[in-house]
Amino acid sequence: MNLALEAHSLGKRYKRNWALRDCSLQVPAGRVAALVGPNGAGKSTLLNLAVGLLRPTEGTLHVLGRRPDGDRDLLDRVGFVAQDTPLYPDFTVSELITMGARLNRRWDTPLARDRMEQIGIPLDRRVEGLSGGQRAQVALTLALAKRPELLLLDEPVASLDPLARREFMQVLMGSVADGDTTVLLSSHLLGDLERVCDYLIVLQTAHVQLLGGVDELVNEHKALTGPRRQRADIAGVAAVIRESHTDKQTTLLVRTNGPILDPAWTVHDVTLEDLVLAYLAYPAPGRAVLGVAK
Amino acid sequence: MIEFLLDGHSQVAPYMQLVQQVKQGLRTGLIEPGDQLPKVRSVAESLAINPNTVLKAYRHLEAEGLVEGRPGVGTFVRRTLAGPSLAGQAELRRELVGWLRRARTAGLEQEDVVALIQTTMRATFQDDEKREEIA
Repeated sequence: MNLALEAHSLGKRYKRNWALRDCSLQVPAGRVAALVGPNGAGKSTLLNLAVGLLRPTEGTLHVLGRRPDGDRDLLDRVGFVAQDTPLYPDFTVSELITMGARLNRRWDTPLARDRMEQIGIPLDRRVEGLSGGQRAQVALTLALAKRPELLLLDEPVASLDPLARREFMQVLMGSVADGDTTVLLSSHLLGDLERVCDYLIVLQTAHVQLLGGVDELVNEHKALTGPRRQRADIAGVAAVIRESHTDKQTTLLVRTNGPILDPAWTVHDVTLEDLVLAYLAYPAPGRAVLGVAK
Repeated sequence: MIEFLLDGHSQVAPYMQLVQQVKQGLRTGLIEPGDQLPKVRSVAESLAINPNTVLKAYRHLEAEGLVEGRPGVGTFVRRTLAGPSLAGQAELRRELVGWLRRARTAGLEQEDVVALIQTTMRATFQDDEKREEIA
């Protein structure tokens, strides 16, 4: 399998705190991968490590098969939009495009200008005169103008209103359809990414809680309901991720490794959102990597 | 050309919603053999969804023999689901409208009607299947 990003036991410590610890994961090329977790889970740290803005404290990280720190050839192939889309406020959109052309060896000026026109952003407008949604679109366009093989987006829609979110995702999905860019985008809300991602990484307190293709993960997990009972081994269940009881009923969210035929349980499908919430609450950092690294 | 919609609150997977909308269009005669389905890129962009979701829906329809992909051109409808039943639908629809009016006069709300139709439909189709098995 061709991997766009691969980490082994990756860790990053700031003074005494580990922002990321024992993090092993892969992102296959050609996917749109969602990096989901609450604030402070280590999402930005992972993305900053991937573009070489930070160096790992321990472990290894490969991006498009190479180590990111200080590798200029690699950085030509990676697009990155940092959180809150920082852009120079005094620059016009046209000046930003010129700057991009001077600073990057791979750069598609016509693509940048065409996209700005399509989304209705005047080239002579200064950044400070743009709305938040327009600024995000400009930052995305500048990242796309590099024609990156890997595009990293840190909380790209967090500060946008619903309409601007949708417009941003429309442009992003259109450009994913155009080429074979691998995308890794982070959010503290799954809802923002559910329709766009086909691969999922869930981070919680510096650890990987869940990893895998969305379809595989959803198929592999089930919700079981049945009469209240002490939990015993159930054939087909590999792990119980969450359990809750009323005085009459027991509900389990489980990872399966085969069909569940026990007639005492009614088997329901789960949504991606159920799954993510269950894993975020699953207190097992020691057994962190439960995912199916297929 | 049809335009897809996605129900974000539906339990049905997005790709399956696209499949169902194409089939619905084929059943009602809205789309016919030879018609082109929207391009993957334009569906991905207008709905802001992963292009692979659209591809998966089109592959599913292709596997069922309803559409065919022509490389570099697009995806085209091969056959319809309307069939001979479409002709009989006008008559059935008239009878159904009459029945629905009677149901409303009898005091049934929309939800009562849906529940009645669903339970009756299940029971009747099951009975018919059993009879066919015996025969």
